[in-house]
Amino acid sequence: MIAWTIYVTFAGAIVLLVLPRVFARWLALVTAIAGFAIGVATFCQHDVDLAHFRTVVRVPWVPALGMNYHLALDGISLTLVLVTGIAAISAVLFSWDVTDRANEFFFWLLLVVGGSYGVFLSADLFLLFLFYELVIVPKYFLIAIFGSTNKEYGAMKLTLYSFFGGALVFLGIIAIYVTGGSLDLNQLAQFQFTPQLQSWAFPILFLGFAVLAGIWPLHTWAPTGHVAAPTAGSMLLAGIVMKLGAYGALRVAMNLFPQGFQMWRTTIAVLAVVGIVYAAAVALRQRDLKFVIGYSSVSHMGFVLLGFATANVFGVSGAVLQMFSHGVIGALLFAVAGRMIYRRTRTRELDALSGMNLSRALPFAAFTFVVASAASMGIPGFSGFAAEITILIGAWKSYPLAVWITGAGMVLVAAFTLRALKRSFFDVDLANTAAAPPEMEPITIPEKLGAGLLMFATLAVGLYPKLLLDRIQPAVEAMRFLK
Amino acid sequence: MVGLISALILIPLAGAIALYIGQPKNARTVALIFNALSAFYALLLWQKFDATAPGLQIAERHAWIPSIGAEYLVGVDGLSLLLVLLTSLVFPFAFCAQRLERGACALMLVMQAALYGTFTAQNFVLWFLFYEMSLIPAFLLIKMYGGENRDFAAVKFFIYTFFGSVAMLLAFLGIYFAKGTFDFATLAGLGKSGLLTGNLKWFAFAGIFLGLAVKVPLFPFHTWLPDAYQTAPTGVSMVLTGGLSKMGVYGFIRLLVPLFPNEIKIAGPWLLALVVCSIVFAPLAAWAQRDLKRMVAYLSINHLGYCLLGLFAITARSTSSLMDTHAALSGVFLQIFNHGITAAALFYFVGLLEQRRGLRGIDDFGGLMQRTPLLCGWMSVAMFSSLGLPGLNGFIGEFLIFKGSFAVAASVTAIAVLGLLFTAVTFMRAMQSLFGGPLVESCSGFSDLIRSEKLVILPVTLLMFAIGILPQFIFNIFNATVTHMARLFA
Repeated sequence: MIAWTIYVTFAGAIVLLVLPRVFARWLALVTAIAGFAIGVATFCQHDVDLAHFRTVVRVPWVPALGMNYHLALDGISLTLVLVTGIAAISAVLFSWDVTDRANEFFFWLLLVVGGSYGVFLSADLFLLFLFYELVIVPKYFLIAIFGSTNKEYGAMKLTLYSFFGGALVFLGIIAIYVTGGSLDLNQLAQFQFTPQLQSWAFPILFLGFAVLAGIWPLHTWAPTGHVAAPTAGSMLLAGIVMKLGAYGALRVAMNLFPQGFQMWRTTIAVLAVVGIVYAAAVALRQRDLKFVIGYSSVSHMGFVLLGFATANVFGVSGAVLQMFSHGVIGALLFAVAGRMIYRRTRTRELDALSGMNLSRALPFAAFTFVVASAASMGIPGFSGFAAEITILIGAWKSYPLAVWITGAGMVLVAAFTLRALKRSFFDVDLANTAAAPPEMEPITIPEKLGAGLLMFATLAVGLYPKLLLDRIQPAVEAMRFLK
Repeated sequence: MVGLISALILIPLAGAIALYIGQPKNARTVALIFNALSAFYALLLWQKFDATAPGLQIAERHAWIPSIGAEYLVGVDGLSLLLVLLTSLVFPFAFCAQRLERGACALMLVMQAALYGTFTAQNFVLWFLFYEMSLIPAFLLIKMYGGENRDFAAVKFFIYTFFGSVAMLLAFLGIYFAKGTFDFATLAGLGKSGLLTGNLKWFAFAGIFLGLAVKVPLFPFHTWLPDAYQTAPTGVSMVLTGGLSKMGVYGFIRLLVPLFPNEIKIAGPWLLALVVCSIVFAPLAAWAQRDLKRMVAYLSINHLGYCLLGLFAITARSTSSLMDTHAALSGVFLQIFNHGITAAALFYFVGLLEQRRGLRGIDDFGGLMQRTPLLCGWMSVAMFSSLGLPGLNGFIGEFLIFKGSFAVAASVTAIAVLGLLFTAVTFMRAMQSLFGGPLVESCSGFSDLIRSEKLVILPVTLLMFAIGILPQFIFNIFNATVTHMARLFA
């Protein structure tokens, strides 16, 4: 049934093109909800085995070359399918005001979503790569056509980085196919690659995927891309696209090359820690609110990579949970900055915002941003805390030093988040307290619904992380690099 | 009774004569009618073709000049059929692209007949006749109907290819004097045990290699190509890249590799080095171009480089397994076909832009997305197909080639992947400066695709998607041939 997430989304995208413009956003919303509903329905079924990457669909595709249309599902995939659904619905809700070429906009948006579902469910390397690359193109158009600030530069940079990563991944896939003789991920997971091959194929594949996850020092596309993208575009970038890279690194690179992973994991840990601290430090100095959030995304994704590097159940499960958590929180932060604030004030400069008395003008936005900031800082009760603490517990076993440094990094995260929060909403000039807040269009219902959905998700998982961890952990334990 | 293949060769010739004698007002329509007829015959050939049999089919054999062993022998196997189909596809596409004069139409039809002949002839004398027959119309088309700089480009093109042809002819004369036959199948049978002895074999090898390398073209014999493609009219550029360049690759597969299996193993590393230069430098050169047509021309060199990469990788090493050889050869065949469609489509789009603007420099356009979204969208599809995006036709062929060549020459393949990246960069830059940015003043009067243009581009684009998503129907054409050849090579 889960396979229908892909079909429904692509079908919705195609129907969008032929329908009149008035229906565009409604159809996009219905499609996104349908995809998410399918994910939730699968989540609620108890007879689904989520501990193994179980085949859902398997149809011969190009039999001569061993390519199959092969989809499979385990706890990790399901978690990411869910966050894709949530991000998709909220992205559509926060794009409710898009009227210029709306059909096209929602078409590209649904293509990104459908392609992402495809990546998370593919059990055939060829298919996975197809979906993976399929996401890049609509992303480019979404940013290059509908973006703001310096959009062409941002879109181009992002696409070139993606292609660079894609070329590395392509090389790695060829190496796997040639030596393993198959494209089936489950078969390949049984195959014993020689340590010599693993030692060079692993870094190529891992790096190729990690480019999209924003690994330091190849992260620079992320802040510019996020800033240039339209609100829904940044939400999808932060919420889903960066997860594609992390997911590929886990599912393909680490799972197929366990020995190569062991050889390189310390390097990954170092890069991850540098990324967490560096991005947080840079975020502290940004003037543009979206840049602050863009760098915070890099910092948060650093936690995912650190979790991977620990190579134990806690660390990796935490990393998957962090993917979910950051997907939700990142989307929420971008929604506030891009839609709630920027659409009304036409500026994202912290200096300009600080004089606007926004907390009075837009109380709901202020509330949402407080919640999002708290979640982003890792306050207990929100999903960020649950994920990061699990990662740090895992890291403690492997790299105690990394935990100390990351701990310091988390202080920086709190610092830049609080700074952004204060400057944007609560930096009231004392002389002006009595002055009436500027007139602004009130927060609309779709915005409230979208923000509500995201806040609910981060709270639900934060308060009861077992909900997802119970499904993630068995799937992680089944992975080869732990044995 | 004229056989199917002979009819296929004669139809365009008849068309050319009809144009010459009849002097019709609307030459293009007449040419298209003859094209429809030849396409019908090509489909008939496909329908009659038994895809499960590896050898030569639907052959026609007549004595011609028995004293020198020349006979009229035409027939098709999977590879020939594929190229016949491609020719039948590219020519109507090219005729639709541009309203050519009567003389140009006639020359194009002669070239079409020559291509059909080249791809089906199985005897060297006949093959060479057709091979040369394509050269003259190509020269005349560039020389008479080309744009700026056409004299220089035409002469350069002629000298390069003629030089290559002479070298090839000499090589074949040498082979004939040693073995006394011109028949491809017989020669290929002798190839295994060594066709010639001593220095002669290297001279023969070098001669044939040179002739084909110029035609493809392979680095460093490529310099005629950008000039020729740039100056030729759109339709002619499409045919040059979609049809003529395939003759070189076809020759490599049909002649050089079967005739000199041992020599190619020794020369293999050097050949691979040349191929990698083609693949990596051509997109870099394309990146530096300001003229769109020249850019597409350089990328064409890169794409044909992949074909030769697959071919040389599997033949240069004796260790290659049957499976890898099979994959690489399938990839090469598919890439030949793909490149024919995609490169022709790219030239078509550049032609559309040129028609509207009168210029085709990359800086002459900007912000087209706002003015002509459809044109930009369809052109992007062709570009993405060319840079090998999964889901479109280019990817499958490249994937198979890389898979096959990686097994035997991993480091070479790894370097060649750089070519993919550079191609992507080149196209992205082109897309950005053409489609993005503010709308340039001189482009504000552009019209979007009109219906006739849509009708031309729609089937081609659908074909790109069809091959990218369900390539099996193309594989079916040449699967048996590939299996047969793979056994021969491995």
